Amino acid sequence: MTEISKFIVGFLVLQGAFLSLAAAIGVLRLPDPYTRNHAASKSATLGVLSLLLGVFLYFWLLKGEINSKIILGIIFVFITSPVAGHLIMRAAYNIGIPLWKHSVQDDLKEKKRKESRE
Amino acid sequence: MFEWVMGLSLVIVAISTLMYFYRLVKGPTVPDRIISLDAIGINLIGITAIFSIVMNTDAFLEVILLLGVLAFIGTVAFSKFLEKGEIIENDRDK
Repeated sequence: MTEISKFIVGFLVLQGAFLSLAAAIGVLRLPDPYTRNHAASKSATLGVLSLLLGVFLYFWLLKGEINSKIILGIIFVFITSPVAGHLIMRAAYNIGIPLWKHSVQDDLKEKKRKESRE
Repeated sequence: MFEWVMGLSLVIVAISTLMYFYRLVKGPTVPDRIISLDAIGINLIGITAIFSIVMNTDAFLEVILLLGVLAFIGTVAFSKFLEKGEIIENDRDK
């Protein structure tokens, strides 16, 4: 029982760490701020969620205590991290950061031009 | 084996924090830097979580919640400053 619990916890923590690494590689390599935010705000959130789930299972299965602080942390990160990504990217679009030069479609630009004409 | 996996995960998360730090220094625009600061805060949560397994104590678990709240508030304040020029608006007719 202890060995199986250790295997599950180790797997979850290692998966979270590799997802964080994937997010960081995406932030390094992608071409413009919008795609970088797409990598960072999704992958980093899932990575840290998996990591925190591993820690919760560690304290539950191996130490025998249910720790509600980690559950609160999981819920909070899950709710607020995409909201933070949305706010940054809306600010970035409104101050005029250009898209990647190979982007093909920008519907929001048409809408903003129409609004400014009225 | 278990301790070895925990050490490996700690090293991997530290490497990804270093990559975000590179983007924080080099990043050509301001939103890039805000993204990488936010993600460094998220990674600090993960480092704290793994460290509480390594040290075998539950004394650091408040830090997880606190870092989550602080990273979110900082990001929201930065993006509001970028968009509107001030964080707390006083005039009613703006």
